[in-house]
Amino acid sequence: MLSLITPLMQIIEWPMRALQRILGPRKLAWVFLLPNLFLFGFFTFLPVILNFFYATTGSDHILLEDRPYVGMRNFDELMNCTSYLDPNSCQIDLFWRAVHNTLWFIVLQVGFMVFFSMTTALILNRKIRARGFFRAVFFFPVLLSPVVVALVWKWILQDQGALNAVLDHFGLQTVNWMLSPTWAFAWSVFISVWFHMGFYTLILLAGLQSIPRDVYEAAAMDAASPWRVFRKITLPLLMPTMVVVLVLSLIKGVQTFDEVYAFTGGGPGSATTLVIQFIYQNGFAGAPRLFGLASAASILVAIVLIALTAVQLWITRRNANG
Amino acid sequence: MSDLELRGVTKAYGNVEVIKGIDLKVEDGDFCVFVGPSGCGKSTLLRMISGLEPISGGDVCIGGDVVNDLGPADRGLAMVFQSYALYPHMTVRQNLSFGLENLRASKAEITERVTATAQMLQIEMLLDRRPKDLSGGQRQRVAIGRAVVREPQIFLFDEPLSNLDAELRVEMRGEISRLHRRLNNTMIYVTHDQVEAMTMADKIAVLRDGRLEQFGRPLDLYNTPDNIFVAGFIGSPKMNFFPGRVEAGGLRLETGTVVALPPGKFMLNEGEQVTLGIRPNGMQPAETGLPLTVSGVERLGGESYLYGTASDGTAVTVHCAGQTKIEPGTQIALTLETGEAHVFSTQSGQSLLRKGA
Amino acid sequence: MTAFLTRTRGRKRLHWTDWMAYAYLTLGVLLMFGPVLWLVLSSFKTERELQNYPPRLLPYVQKMETVPGYDKPLPIYKVTAGPLAGQEVAQIRRIGLISQVVKPSDPKTVLKVPFKDRKAVEHVALATSNYSKLFERFNFFRFFYNSTFITVMATLITLLVNSMAAFALSKYQFRGRGLVMALIIGTLMIPPTVVLVPLFLIVRDFGMIDSLWGVIIPGAATPTGVFLLRQYMLTIPDEILDAARMDKASEWKIYWRIILPLSAPAIAVLAILSIMWRWNDFLWPLIALQKQENFTLQLALNSFRGEFTTDWASLLAMTVLTLVPIVVVFAFLQKYIATGIASTGGK
Repeated sequence: MLSLITPLMQIIEWPMRALQRILGPRKLAWVFLLPNLFLFGFFTFLPVILNFFYATTGSDHILLEDRPYVGMRNFDELMNCTSYLDPNSCQIDLFWRAVHNTLWFIVLQVGFMVFFSMTTALILNRKIRARGFFRAVFFFPVLLSPVVVALVWKWILQDQGALNAVLDHFGLQTVNWMLSPTWAFAWSVFISVWFHMGFYTLILLAGLQSIPRDVYEAAAMDAASPWRVFRKITLPLLMPTMVVVLVLSLIKGVQTFDEVYAFTGGGPGSATTLVIQFIYQNGFAGAPRLFGLASAASILVAIVLIALTAVQLWITRRNANG
Repeated sequence: MSDLELRGVTKAYGNVEVIKGIDLKVEDGDFCVFVGPSGCGKSTLLRMISGLEPISGGDVCIGGDVVNDLGPADRGLAMVFQSYALYPHMTVRQNLSFGLENLRASKAEITERVTATAQMLQIEMLLDRRPKDLSGGQRQRVAIGRAVVREPQIFLFDEPLSNLDAELRVEMRGEISRLHRRLNNTMIYVTHDQVEAMTMADKIAVLRDGRLEQFGRPLDLYNTPDNIFVAGFIGSPKMNFFPGRVEAGGLRLETGTVVALPPGKFMLNEGEQVTLGIRPNGMQPAETGLPLTVSGVERLGGESYLYGTASDGTAVTVHCAGQTKIEPGTQIALTLETGEAHVFSTQSGQSLLRKGA
Repeated sequence: MTAFLTRTRGRKRLHWTDWMAYAYLTLGVLLMFGPVLWLVLSSFKTERELQNYPPRLLPYVQKMETVPGYDKPLPIYKVTAGPLAGQEVAQIRRIGLISQVVKPSDPKTVLKVPFKDRKAVEHVALATSNYSKLFERFNFFRFFYNSTFITVMATLITLLVNSMAAFALSKYQFRGRGLVMALIIGTLMIPPTVVLVPLFLIVRDFGMIDSLWGVIIPGAATPTGVFLLRQYMLTIPDEILDAARMDKASEWKIYWRIILPLSAPAIAVLAILSIMWRWNDFLWPLIALQKQENFTLQLALNSFRGEFTTDWASLLAMTVLTLVPIVVVFAFLQKYIATGIASTGGK
């Protein structure tokens, strides 16, 4: 590896040395930044700007010059609902189903995830044997690919799968999980929690371990009961980490696509279609390709994400300063 | 020729001027020490000479050539840093060779020069170790070695001994002085420790607040300081200062004591506010004289120091030879050896010594 | 023995909450490892075994024996009824409800046994047929190559480009640095999921749609990577850079001879993260790669997913092969990965 990098670096050294002579060492900083800024510019900032053009133009052409300006029509179509609580009353009912699904998904996923990762972190923070092993066990799914996670669970949940076999064994009613809208949705939430829980456990565990030991010793001297110690010491001191976990999981929750799409494909029907899948389907999978609608939807998602990220940055900064 | 000349050199960060115009000429082969309290700009000045810090005004000349626009590597200098700044991921040998490689020296020459330098500094057995496996003193030698191996015109030292313990510091002080005698190069050495300055320097430049306060040989600075600052900075323990005013050819101190000064030695104006400076060894306990309340006594065996306050509240240190019998809490009187006295204008701080006297 | 089991670190008896904790953790091990283990075990089952319901825990294969006079090994059955009851026979062929069998000890005599009166002789063993079939039927190596190429190239480019930017942002004072930092924080707020459409157009204009480069390049500059490396580089003392400048090293040389080696720990963390991101990446490759020959492993896995029929035998084997590299990396670098991911907030 090193024998490969050295000649490459030596080759780059010639033009860089020449540039240093022309620009001086200070302006050379821009040369170091250039590749990164080029990539950011073309593949992040430019798309952000173009997104607005797509959102305000119609037709299924991809080239902007072929697309007629339609103003806010895409947004109007997306927002055209008699009642936002009833997707059937909306012009683009799939979008509102996806929004409803996503909201439910986030509420359940974040709720269960915070609960279970908190429980796991608290248990892992106790004096237990083989803590490293148990921590690794809970963290391990984080490394898997979303598609693999989806397939692992599909294999268990298929009609002739292990779960039904177990239910059968105990004489219980088997269910064709993937064909039931409610169960498919519930299992989507479950595998998402299973998939990501280890990551938040790790963050919370780090937060727990950063609470100074002498605080607990002082509480023990004050004869505080374990419950009171948890309520009055652990929870308040863990609060900043909790908030970070909450916001981070919200941000990721809004963007959930991979594991659910690979798990259910959005079905049965549209029972597990989330917002990102709506964007993907309208822009890339369906015919005609409704780029305008997809962009308009992604702008709405971006607004939510930017608000959440701003909160996150604000909190991390406040934590760092405090 | 590798003399160094600074002509009106200034440095400003935005509106903040940190070096306020310095003129200085270091002769070829001199060991010159920049000394001053922290924040006086001495390290900045050194970095401006090295080329690491661009200058805002004036000229830096090395060997008679203006080098303002040359990069640090092209000025023919080498520098020893306060933190040593050894490359942590390279062995000692690689640390010494790195600069020579960049100068495109041949392999044979690199080996030869590294070996010679290592021998001179007695670090041959360390050549294949990494900096983290070395002691503080060894790291210091390697850092010096990295400068020596380049055979520079001028050596720059940026507080190189401040990270060493007291004993090692004395040893390395001697070592650097020997190195200077042996190589006979121009060396510029920055320190905040006036003892280092006094013991090592051919010439000392005392800096304060971005200005050069005085430049000269160590004993000249000790004997004839130009101003109160230099007088107080050079010499340990510090010089004692007594406020007073000129009265009838002598001085009336705030304590009420009248001191007669050698006639003609100082430029004195009747009624002027002045400060009398006198070193701790320029005073002796006596039957009569300046009254002093002794608050502390340090008996070091061969000599003793008395600490106390004069009647106007001035803190005073007195040096006594041998083991004094004076106890803390007693009142004593001091005679002042006026031949050793310095007089400064209280207003300007400048010495009132008559030039040529 | 009981004393040994119930002893905690504090040498006191286990509190009931300790029992609860261990119970929870045991359940956790089952729930976290169990499904993956089940998948791996299943992948070593024969196609016929996979269709068995209820499924058996361990993979079994039928005993096969080479009988003189027959080219291929023959499956062994135990006869359960009739005159041959209790004996092991090798089946030559099956005609309707009758199996033609021979005794391995007497291969000349062909016997007839009713189909329902024989039971396969099986033992626990790993059947690799799913894997060999995978290689025969699908261009697995093509997918594996695509995934590997994307992962390796993208990681190298990410490391180079991000470390250069981090170097500039940590070791130079220049006008506009604050603006650049703000822009990079801005990119943190714009995940690729919300700019898919225009990103597709731009990548298309660069001629990179349906090319592996179209997956590699757009995500090569990561704000996380720049932050992570910058934070680490800030801890490298500036004096070392000055020393190198005095040693006549050019700025580029300082970057790759001094800064890069000294940032090795942070670079390793970013490398691991990048490998994970790229190997597991799904949504953007799904959009950018269209021809099957360009698919990554993740896309290939996904494309197996039929609405009603799923070729589980190949799919299971392929899932295991996709999972193996990450598990191997994890086994060796578990600690670093965990801290790395925790320190960057994931992505």
